[in-house]
Amino acid sequence: MRPFAYERATDAGAAVAAIAQPGTMYLGGGTNLVDLMKLGVETPERLVDVSRLPFDRIEERPGGGLLIGAAVRNSDLAAHRAVRERYPLLALSLLSGASGQLRNIATTAGNLLQRTRCAYFQDVSKPCNKRLGGRDPSGCPAREGDHRNLAILGHSAACVATHPSDMAVALAAIGAEVHVTGLEGERTIPIPGLHRLPGGDAQRDTVLERGELVTAVELEQLAPGLAARSTYRKVRDRASFSFAVVSVAAALEVDEGTVRDCRIALGGVAHGPWRAWRAEETLRGGPATPERFAAAAEAELVQAQPLRDNAFKVPLARNLITSTLASLAGEPA
Amino acid sequence: MSRVTHHADITLRINDAEHRIQVDTRATLLDVLREQLGLTGAKKGCDHGQCGACTVLVGGRRANACLLLAVAQDGLDVTTVEGLAHGDDLHPLQAAFIAHDAFQCGYCTPGQICSAVGMIAEAGEGWPSAVTGDIANGPPVLDDDEIRERMSGNLCRCGAYANIVPAIAEVAR
Repeated sequence: MRPFAYERATDAGAAVAAIAQPGTMYLGGGTNLVDLMKLGVETPERLVDVSRLPFDRIEERPGGGLLIGAAVRNSDLAAHRAVRERYPLLALSLLSGASGQLRNIATTAGNLLQRTRCAYFQDVSKPCNKRLGGRDPSGCPAREGDHRNLAILGHSAACVATHPSDMAVALAAIGAEVHVTGLEGERTIPIPGLHRLPGGDAQRDTVLERGELVTAVELEQLAPGLAARSTYRKVRDRASFSFAVVSVAAALEVDEGTVRDCRIALGGVAHGPWRAWRAEETLRGGPATPERFAAAAEAELVQAQPLRDNAFKVPLARNLITSTLASLAGEPA
Repeated sequence: MSRVTHHADITLRINDAEHRIQVDTRATLLDVLREQLGLTGAKKGCDHGQCGACTVLVGGRRANACLLLAVAQDGLDVTTVEGLAHGDDLHPLQAAFIAHDAFQCGYCTPGQICSAVGMIAEAGEGWPSAVTGDIANGPPVLDDDEIRERMSGNLCRCGAYANIVPAIAEVAR
């Protein structure tokens, strides 16, 4: 690992001021960053530790939402009473990710900002547009190489990576805002909207500007009718401690056989959590039947552009969406 | 302007003893425990947070010591497998692992035991897991499925799981 200087930020302003120096990165829980530094993928000259800033609380918001501090650990968020009762899909998404040990270390902001686990990105001996940007003329080796678990939606010639977060998928379904502070002041960024599609600039995972610090994630209120029928389901290669092949966060409000409202977001399929707007449009106001659920899944996945070895994800996602909605519709609210 | 330094003086409270040490900023808690302090109970398996052999308790919570920069743990309490027994009185989980023959080579065992200590405390706090039926209500009952799910961050290459689960269950229930 390359030598680096370390300092602990005393407040958000000091952290933002410190990051202005070239080669500086924020350190949260470090479960991803420290690993990437061991691999030589990240080579910061200086780390600014923001894990002990006072962003470790979960607060009620006047509109019925929750404000989650950026440094709240994944395990604490999943165990929080209000999250378990009012946002069960968020608790389930967190519990389905990583291991008990890692969830005790990983932070809310770090979960959102973790990097892809694409094998080429993590291997410095391989070309990768996400790691090297425009400096590598040989392009993305995953397109013709090992891409079984990479994107089927929204990818580009430059990058077919998937974002590995489960939590972000639930946040995209719920609707959330990321609070950030930077040299230009404070702003909020919606989820979905924080993560971007790769286009011609695969290096940037999110719309954050350099140096911007995530301070909190604010959840919209999830209507009790939606929360009561909501879940997170994750398909993976082994039953635990594995990244999603495809996952879905879903919520369904059904009244006398009609879909009043719904939320669907997919994981493991794109450069960020994928809100299934087209599927939702197809469902709202229509009958809550397996045929409609399948039609909604189809309406979303018609956009899919699978690669040679990940075409199986298209029917897998279709079946996962359809069966998840059917089970939600069948459950007593 | 301060001189750039790649070392730091930190204090760690490890198994109830205070240690004031200088660390390379690159050193993980695992490397400091093993190489600087001679506490070789926590093992280096994958060194990437995937195997759990390095599991220790930091502030009472189980964590992968291989992914924690030691410099960032300044001032914190650490418990390693060496700190679980009281003299010759083994921790109940240590005794249960022996009674159930819950290991073959033993390399993953310190991590398994520290992880189980943390896991049982988490369940005691009412934390749900991915296999808990009703995550909103009810204290989780640590049946075999719950133990397997909650211990999935600890791999055993010998495949001693068939005895690890009963050993943990004996203490957890």
